[in-house]
Amino acid sequence: MAAINRDDVAHLARLAHIEMSAEELDRMAGELAVIVDSVKSVSEAAGDDVPATSHPIPLTNVFREDVVGHTFTAEQALSGAPDSDENRFKVPAILDEA
Amino acid sequence: MTEQNISADTLIRLSAAQLAEKLRAGEVTAVEATQAYLDRIAAVDGKVNAFLHINAEEALAVAAEVDAIRAAGGAEAEALHFLAGVPIAVKDLIVTIGQPTTAGSKILEGWHSPYDATVVERLRAAKMPILGKTNLDEFAMGSSTEHSAYGPTRNPWDLDRIPGGSGGGSAAAVAAFEAPLALGTDTGGSIRQPGAVTGTVGVKPTYGSVSRYGAIAMASSLDQIGPVTRTVLDSALLHQVIGGHDPRDSTSLPDPLADLVAAAKTGSVEGLRIGIIKELHGEGYQAGVENRFNDALALLKDAGAEIVEVSCPNFQYALGAYYLIMPSEASSNLAKFDGVRYGLRVLPEEGPMTIERVMGATRAAGFGDEVKRRIILGTYALSAGYYDAYYGSAQKVRTLVQRDFEAAFAQADVLISPTAPTTAFPLGEKLDDPLAMYLNDVATIPANLAGVPGLSLPGGLADEDGLPVGIQLLAPAREDARLYRVGAVLESLLEAKWGGPLLAQAPDLAAESLETQEAK
Repeated sequence: MAAINRDDVAHLARLAHIEMSAEELDRMAGELAVIVDSVKSVSEAAGDDVPATSHPIPLTNVFREDVVGHTFTAEQALSGAPDSDENRFKVPAILDEA
Repeated sequence: MTEQNISADTLIRLSAAQLAEKLRAGEVTAVEATQAYLDRIAAVDGKVNAFLHINAEEALAVAAEVDAIRAAGGAEAEALHFLAGVPIAVKDLIVTIGQPTTAGSKILEGWHSPYDATVVERLRAAKMPILGKTNLDEFAMGSSTEHSAYGPTRNPWDLDRIPGGSGGGSAAAVAAFEAPLALGTDTGGSIRQPGAVTGTVGVKPTYGSVSRYGAIAMASSLDQIGPVTRTVLDSALLHQVIGGHDPRDSTSLPDPLADLVAAAKTGSVEGLRIGIIKELHGEGYQAGVENRFNDALALLKDAGAEIVEVSCPNFQYALGAYYLIMPSEASSNLAKFDGVRYGLRVLPEEGPMTIERVMGATRAAGFGDEVKRRIILGTYALSAGYYDAYYGSAQKVRTLVQRDFEAAFAQADVLISPTAPTTAFPLGEKLDDPLAMYLNDVATIPANLAGVPGLSLPGGLADEDGLPVGIQLLAPAREDARLYRVGAVLESLLEAKWGGPLLAQAPDLAAESLETQEAK
């Protein structure tokens, strides 16, 4: 498996929406390289015949009746919002042209 | 007010079960008990830093309500839950109406949840006063509580050492007699490892047996809420308050567990097969930890248990699989903290003011280093080209770990190991070495991967440093009752040997502060 480098970390940080300084990228790349190296044995542990487990105790067909249950008022839903307007969450421009 | 015939110092050292009995007998009121704990918090929490928020007013009001119901008598008094009036602390990862919930992160500073977690609703239904919210590693990511944005919690046994993590606040609060009970969450050992290093009891229930609704998710397929207490019986009592099916958690098990309190009162391990996991002791484990582990085995054997050895060869891959699955799920779960709907919003200092850049600046300022590391690692493990090798392989290892447990439980009714490889280490020692920090969870992680229940109880003090050692018991999924049965027997055998609870040997934090004050 490929090692993780500084450019990878910069790309991943963009995908994850976390701004990182040059110093932070350097440090993170070093730390993650060590961690990734330590977990790579995992890929050699299981053969192709071993199924994946996504959930420890899988339950199937978990449904409920199609009736309206508890809902928040707009005021409750917006109570922790950094900014709101007319019962809606308010954010800066979504497109580049602000 | 009843005539105060129990000193506050005695009151705070009672187990929850003992306190509940005294409340029912009218020997003490819920307000007196709650006030005694609030006074204790005021006296020692400046040193321990177990609490992020203290909920005095509401806690006293709930206590007063219980006292009024008891005083009035009748059907309502009869219907009170056994633990009514017994105070509790709640890990600050679990949402509560009327108190802030921070998850130990700057990104949620000052945020108030508009709803209660299911477990909190159940505490309220039982009329248990909530003393406050306890400190934790940010978003429960850590093994030392040093990754909290609000400063580390300190171990009541030695204030220069870590209380474990991520639930160091809950464990330290209980160990320092700041609360008789607490709630924790356990994704890879965050209830059990703090229990081990603080000399307290902690239980990770079977996955799905306690609702996760309202626990801020780190890794949804691993997270589980559970009890943090000073005795095994207290954990059983609390587990029964918070457990049971919840339609709001789609992973909640539909059928109830067997009676856990009755299991804790069984009083015998005669004929039970207890399996030592070959891979979870010996090399890599501190000598004093190994010694206390061997003492526990000898006691159980003398009490009539059959000790067998089992092998779980795939546990060697468990830590690696965990550090792929957990960050993968966390990177997805934490995407919602983006400065739009709740919490912090930070505007970029320069350049265009778009929502994407606001998210980037918010998450840069709001998350600490460990959270960023795990989000990046998880994003990496899930990315195209790496998914099969990392996340896919880790999920296969999960199957292998489950198979190891199945084979082991064919030979043994309960498995046993040390809870953590070492006793509490000094604050700061592993802060700059993430990998060394991760190794603390080597013995606790397999249970989370397989969904099986685990209990940690105090096994004594290590010879070389005089610090608490934890003994971990593991049982098959849905067989939590076995943990309480074996745990309670081992606890009583150990306490007979020590001449009382292990925590009676802990330094007296209040007396210490008095001496320090006098010296000044």
